[in-house]
Amino acid sequence: MVLKTEPFVLNIGPVHPSTHGVFRMRATLDGEVVIDIEPVFGYLHRGVEKLAEERTYTGVIPLTDRLDYLASMSNNLAYVLAVEKLAGISVPERAEHLRVILAELQRIASHLIAVGAFLNDCGAFFTPFLYMFREREKIVDLFEMVSGQRLLYNYMRVGGFNQDIPDEFLPALDKFVSQMPGFIDEYDRLLAENEILLARAKGVGILPKELAINISASGPVLRASGVKWDIRKADPYSIYDRFEFDIPTGVVGDCYDRYRVRIEEMRQSVRIIKQVMKQIPSGEVKSKVPYLIRPPVGEAYAHIEAPKGELGFYLVSDNSIAPYRCHIRAPSLLNLTALRDMIVGWKVADAIIIFGSIDITMGEVDR
Amino acid sequence: MTIANLGTNAAGHLATLPPDWPGGFWWHWLVFVVIIIAFVLLMAMGFIWIERRGMARMQARLGPNRVGPFGILQPVADAIKVLLKEDIVPAKGDKIVHWLAPVIAFFPVLMIFAVVPFQDGALLADLDVGILYVVAISSISTVGLFMAGWGSSNKYSLLGAMRDVASVVSYEIPVVLSLVGVVLIAGSLSLNQIVLAQDIPFILLQPLGFLLFFIGGCAEINRSPFDLFEADSEIVAGFHTEYSGMKFAMFYLAEYAEALVISAIIATLFLGGWRGPILPPWLWFVIKVIAVFFVLVWTRTTLPRVRIDQLMALAWKFLFPLALINLIITAIQVLTWPVALPWVIIPVNIAIMALLVLLWSKFFKLGWGRVAV
Repeated sequence: MVLKTEPFVLNIGPVHPSTHGVFRMRATLDGEVVIDIEPVFGYLHRGVEKLAEERTYTGVIPLTDRLDYLASMSNNLAYVLAVEKLAGISVPERAEHLRVILAELQRIASHLIAVGAFLNDCGAFFTPFLYMFREREKIVDLFEMVSGQRLLYNYMRVGGFNQDIPDEFLPALDKFVSQMPGFIDEYDRLLAENEILLARAKGVGILPKELAINISASGPVLRASGVKWDIRKADPYSIYDRFEFDIPTGVVGDCYDRYRVRIEEMRQSVRIIKQVMKQIPSGEVKSKVPYLIRPPVGEAYAHIEAPKGELGFYLVSDNSIAPYRCHIRAPSLLNLTALRDMIVGWKVADAIIIFGSIDITMGEVDR
Repeated sequence: MTIANLGTNAAGHLATLPPDWPGGFWWHWLVFVVIIIAFVLLMAMGFIWIERRGMARMQARLGPNRVGPFGILQPVADAIKVLLKEDIVPAKGDKIVHWLAPVIAFFPVLMIFAVVPFQDGALLADLDVGILYVVAISSISTVGLFMAGWGSSNKYSLLGAMRDVASVVSYEIPVVLSLVGVVLIAGSLSLNQIVLAQDIPFILLQPLGFLLFFIGGCAEINRSPFDLFEADSEIVAGFHTEYSGMKFAMFYLAEYAEALVISAIIATLFLGGWRGPILPPWLWFVIKVIAVFFVLVWTRTTLPRVRIDQLMALAWKFLFPLALINLIITAIQVLTWPVALPWVIIPVNIAIMALLVLLWSKFFKLGWGRVAV
């Protein structure tokens, strides 16, 4: 007698504990094995790119906050870099230094959530997640000090910042930077060599190097596949070329490599912040920028190494006060492209952790 | 013949009835039924509190601290909340199965406590086949869980229920085999006799058996790292996805009551049950039960979850052979060294356990990996 099984369709999401927002996977299962998967997104579409065409150049900044809402500072930075490139605006030295500090803090905060949520998907019941939230809270406190906000900062402006940092910021940052390496070691001690985590994540959801490059993956996902590509080194923006840091890379590109790369990147971010703090100059934080910016007719593309990958803003100007076209290159969406290739053949439980290890934010995927 | 006479006659047949217990068989029965129900409910609520507070401590947060001192009334508040919720039955679900499932999942837990001694002779029925009874009855819960998964008409529930059945069927074997070692040493299947035989707690004489039973027990009662049947990050809530209100409360209670059962069985079989100095025996029993449960909480907060194929591999490739080897070694020891000195046999057994576990983890592969589609 031949026993036959019948595949069935399981709808994972959009309301599901582990889809990190309103992502939906239409999975076809054969027992526990995923034999096909179809990502469905668009539940959070707000038309950010179209909205940007109706606003002044400064007015777009709050919209960028809402893209990757776990890394608002990075989004702000990418956008203002694009406008500065378009309008030819220079930025004071002090502001450049602060931008690097804030962008790296934001990278740590975003990676903390990424790693915590990934371990939570693996089934470590909220312990690593809450440990990492404890440290993220300190970063959020720092951001609250400078911008008054805790999630959507809206702090950077074209040509610098809207206000200087308060006096208590640098001592608080110093304290955080001296403590953070110890906390990263603590996360490592908690689970890095855990036998169950190794069994679950090692070799699971491999993204081969060639495929990663072909789908134009970026950020930790690309680096975990063994490609040494980091915009901060490859095409330095702001003042990243003045600081020393390494690009951590993985070997095979499995979930475990992506997890390790994120942990190492946090260490490197702390290293960068330490270097920047030694040489912050005093002075203005904003250059002279007109109230309504009218860039000359033309186009500009600026990209940064956001926590999730290469975040780019492509702006077209028709010499009016609003961008003629604003296109956002969202790393979350492009990293998601290979999801089917990575998941098919694994089990439901693996599908969840592979998806979690890519680390997406739906605000950025759907825009 | 009056009812009282019937009671005394029946009691006369029960040789193991504690001599100092007042009344006859039926009084004994009534008193212990009340004790067991109160014990299970109170301990389950206590466990909920311990788990929530303990987990909160380990996760750098406060945990429930608003209802009563140290939030100790939190389970009560939870219960009231859950009872006031609407009871939803899925439109396409099998209504009778859906209704029966939580009952069937819960009542075996109460039945198991019939043979667990709270102190010397203080148990509902000192069965000669105590361990066999425990193993048999504890498997009934699985039927309840599978009914829940089936009756809900939900794919997540069904996945959870299938995982449950698959793993319980596999884990039953190493769990039973690991208990046989205890039976060999004690020479009895009765739980009270086993406690009486433990001049040295069996965890020292049977370290490997304890380890296997603990792992297998965790898997059977759905505790982390084997909480696959209700893996919240994968299949939402597993078999009880579609449950709400009182029925959900029954599952919630059953989950903790099963943890109580496994803690009580481990305390009885491996930690010396009610035996202990100074304190009254029942208090020792409760302390040991809570200590075992604390380890369960500890593992839950620390470890990630295994995958279903890894779970099965662990049962068949790791626990099952080790349980067989443990059985053989114990049999040899019982036959050849009937009066062996404990300070010789304890280190020998612990060394054997360490060696075997290390050896097996060397050439033991977890799971199968990717399937070609």
